[in-house]
Amino acid sequence: MNAPIKPEIKTVINESGLEVKPLYTAEDVENSGGYKLVGLPGEYPFTRGIHRLMYRKQPWTMRQYAGFGNPRETNQRFKYLIANGQTGLNVAFDLPTQIGLDSDDPLAEGEIGRVGMSIDTLRDFEVAFDGIDLNKITVSLTINGAAAILIAMYLAMAEKRGYDVKQLRGTAQNDILKEFIGRGTWIFPVEPSVRLVGDTIEYCAEHAPKYSPVSVCGYHIRESGATPAQEIAYAFSIAKAYADEVIKRGLHVDEFAGRLSYNFNIFGNIFEQVCKFRAGRSLWAKIMKEEYAAEKPGSMWLRMIAGGGGGGLTFEQPEMNIVRGAYYALISALSGAQTMALCSYDEAYTIPTEYSARISLRTMQILADEMGLAETVDPLAGSFYVETMTNQMRDKMVEIMAETDAQGGIVKLVSEGIVQAKVSAQAYKMQRDIESGEFPKVGVNRYRNEQDEEHPVEYHPYNEDDARRQVDNLDKVRAERDAKAVSSCLAQVLTDAQAGVNVMPAIVAAVKAYASVGEITQQLVKAYGRYREPIRF
Amino acid sequence: MSTQTGINEHRIKILLAKPGLDGHDQGAKIVARAMMDAGFEVIYTGLRQTPETVARMSLEEDVDVIALSSMAGSHLPFCRKLKPLLEENGLTDKLWLIGGNLPAQDHQALRELGFAGIFPTGSKLDAITDYIRGHVRTT
Repeated sequence: MNAPIKPEIKTVINESGLEVKPLYTAEDVENSGGYKLVGLPGEYPFTRGIHRLMYRKQPWTMRQYAGFGNPRETNQRFKYLIANGQTGLNVAFDLPTQIGLDSDDPLAEGEIGRVGMSIDTLRDFEVAFDGIDLNKITVSLTINGAAAILIAMYLAMAEKRGYDVKQLRGTAQNDILKEFIGRGTWIFPVEPSVRLVGDTIEYCAEHAPKYSPVSVCGYHIRESGATPAQEIAYAFSIAKAYADEVIKRGLHVDEFAGRLSYNFNIFGNIFEQVCKFRAGRSLWAKIMKEEYAAEKPGSMWLRMIAGGGGGGLTFEQPEMNIVRGAYYALISALSGAQTMALCSYDEAYTIPTEYSARISLRTMQILADEMGLAETVDPLAGSFYVETMTNQMRDKMVEIMAETDAQGGIVKLVSEGIVQAKVSAQAYKMQRDIESGEFPKVGVNRYRNEQDEEHPVEYHPYNEDDARRQVDNLDKVRAERDAKAVSSCLAQVLTDAQAGVNVMPAIVAAVKAYASVGEITQQLVKAYGRYREPIRF
Repeated sequence: MSTQTGINEHRIKILLAKPGLDGHDQGAKIVARAMMDAGFEVIYTGLRQTPETVARMSLEEDVDVIALSSMAGSHLPFCRKLKPLLEENGLTDKLWLIGGNLPAQDHQALRELGFAGIFPTGSKLDAITDYIRGHVRTT
């Protein structure tokens, strides 16, 4: 028998809406569904991890988000990160590139190279990855609206450098549905956008079978106000929408599902997050096996980057974000993530400096090398609390997914702005709770400094000259390329987009002829139109 | 209880815009909700507004407050383009606000561009709505 709990203690409900008890026993595990889905790592339903030995065989990939200015500057930052032990690259693009504008577009003025690297043509990719061994360093492209074009450029660049594209690994974010919910780098309306994602999956399944064309992001949905359970549930509903799009075209789930990956967030309550990932892993495996009749274990794996944590970091007392980041990294390691990245302590202010990016990298290295996180697989398994909460989180996710389907499905809910309104209402409530002190935030609504301090943050400078140089380079490429070949390639992109056939082969041909991101986007806009944002509160 | 809103009592009308290409709208939407809860009428523009559209909508909608939410660092070039357009359209008597990721070193320049209310990350929602009530010039 448990000792009776004093009745006057306050009820605790986690962000996902589940009650957290002061004590858990074997009885709680039984009442929540027992141990039947716990299993072993590397075995269905993969609650404990997708591989048998996990980090004992290979620690997580450390892949900080980086990129700014022109491709040459970004190339230097990449080399700096690699020299410091980073094992993957996560490429940030500037906003014009992300929404399909060339650097000489009037709308790009003042934004070139500001929040990421500026890319106009294949030439820029050649410069950005110069001297980087694409077999040793896996590259993740954080690109969505213009993903089809940038994936084509990456494959073309690798091929030009003599790599076998069939063996090439790497990831593109390419999750457009979440861009409509948060992040906002959409270009085309919802339906053609989903078709375009289908085109990239279908194309890569055939031509670049080791490349991961989509990384489905719960991350940004969480940043927009979703709870941890909603983060996973909405991401799974979105992943299913992409899978359905590809299966409709006649592909078998095992031909592509093994290359789908995920991107999730790590801020919040440690146990809730770890259970979120353990629950999510088994739920995804079950969905793939039971609903999609997947047979290959790889199709059932929830391969993920679990990182960032931006939504949990604070503008106030920014150095404390170094401490938060360390706990977030711990969550990611305890959760069996394949890849980890951390927002740096100064990210509420600016693009991280080399120094702050290195602190993030060292945080992960300390966990792996000093603290024993890479030694034993799923070390929290068997805890009464963790197993109970894992079961309850899984049930919660199933409930949210069923609700989404009952309301017409994720594509409809996103098109109409309903998910956006829901998470934004939650974000508003959270902000009010933080301002009132109801939701604790150290340094924000408690333990504030007596007086405002000068924050030790070094702002990333914006260099107008770099922007001008980028426009000059584009002019130069335009003057040197075969104009006839470019226009015939662009015409083909339009023809294929209008005909509704897979546009990837035409886009690949166009980027190889040095057609620009903006020129190709224009053709697609002619065929698909532009997205109009539903404003709903 | 009286439900009558006197003819002299004007409901404050706000244009809340997302300038430039920045897609981070979580904060703008939170602020929009806070403004609505404070009883203001809010026209939220959605993403990717140009200086021209902000000026045109402000004029057409006859708003009292023109508020921008900028998270991705292009606030100064945007406001430099917006200022003359607001002036040309006779909108200098309106309250101009800006919030978001605005480094302290840029605040003076924003003030000189006519943005009287500056609400960087960390500002309280009630501080924004109180400021509007205290400074708006309704006609």
